[in-house]
Amino acid sequence: MDHGHTAHSGESHGSFGSYTAGFILSVLLTAAAFGIIMTGSLTGQSAVLAIAGLAFVQIIVHLVFFLHMNTSSAQRWNVMAFGFTVLTAVILIVGSLWIMHNVSMNMMSR
Amino acid sequence: MSQTTTLGHDVHHDADHVPSQSVFGFWLYLMTDCIIFASLFAVFAVMSHQFAGGPTAKDMFEIPGVALETAALLLSSITYGFAMIGAHKGKKGMLLGWLVVTFLLGASFLVLELREFSHLISVGAGPDRSAFWSSFFTLVGTHGLHVTFGLLWMIVLGVQAIRSPELTERDLTRLTCLSLFWHFLDIVWIGVFTFVYLTSVI
Repeated sequence: MDHGHTAHSGESHGSFGSYTAGFILSVLLTAAAFGIIMTGSLTGQSAVLAIAGLAFVQIIVHLVFFLHMNTSSAQRWNVMAFGFTVLTAVILIVGSLWIMHNVSMNMMSR
Repeated sequence: MSQTTTLGHDVHHDADHVPSQSVFGFWLYLMTDCIIFASLFAVFAVMSHQFAGGPTAKDMFEIPGVALETAALLLSSITYGFAMIGAHKGKKGMLLGWLVVTFLLGASFLVLELREFSHLISVGAGPDRSAFWSSFFTLVGTHGLHVTFGLLWMIVLGVQAIRSPELTERDLTRLTCLSLFWHFLDIVWIGVFTFVYLTSVI
C-alpha cells in the first residue's frame, strides 16, 4: 500500500544499496574532476571538456540514484517538466553566451 | 449551486491525494528554481573574464577548500538518503539520527563557504570589486542561501518528528519534499564546483 502510494506520487524511494551505489559513483566522478585539475594532467580546452563531461554524468547519477527519476509512467509528468526545464536552461545559457559574444565582438571590447 | 458542489468535491478529492499533489507541485517549484540558477550561471559565464584589473579567479580560488565543501555536501546527500530510509521504515530514531548528521554536514559546508567569502572580501575580492566577483557572489551566495533555508527546514521537520507520536503520511510527504530540495542543491553544487571553481583555475 505504502509503496503503491509513493509510486503514484511519482517519488519512489531508494534502498540502502541504491544510495550507496550512487554515492560511490559520485565520489569517483567528483574525485576524477578535482584530480584532473589539481594534478594538471589535462590543460586548456580538453580539461574543460573532460570536467564538463564528468559533471554531466554525475548529474545523471544524482537524478537516478538520489532523486529517483525513472521512465515509469508514474513519473511521466516529472520527467516532462524536467525536460522542458533543461531545454529552457540550455536556451538561456547558450543564448546568453552567443549574444554576449557577438556584442563584445561588434563593440570590439575584446 | 452545482459549481459549489463541484468545488467541494474537488477539495475533497485533493485532500485524499495530498501526498502525490504536494510532491509533484514541489518538483515543479524546483524546476523554476533550476531556471533561476540557469540565469545566474549564464551571467557568471558571460562575466567570467571581467576582472576590471582586479584579482582574478586563478589568484583567489583555493581548490582544496572547495573539495572539502564538496565532500561535506556530497556526504550530507547520502546521510539524508539514510534518514529517508529510516522514515519509510517508520523508525523515528534512525530518521532523527541521520537528520542530525545531515544537519551537521550542511552546517559545516555553510561555515566553510562563509569563511571563504569573508577571506575573499578581506583581500579585496568582494562583490563590489568587478563584474566577475559580483556574479560569483550572487551565484554561490544564492546556493548558500538555499542551503541555509534547507537547514532551517530540517530543524522544523526534526522537531515535528520528535513531537508526533509516530510518523504519518503527512510527515513523509514533507520529508520527501525536503529530500528533493536537498538532493537538488547537491546537483546545483556539481555545476558550481565544475564551472565556477575548476574551470576558472585551468
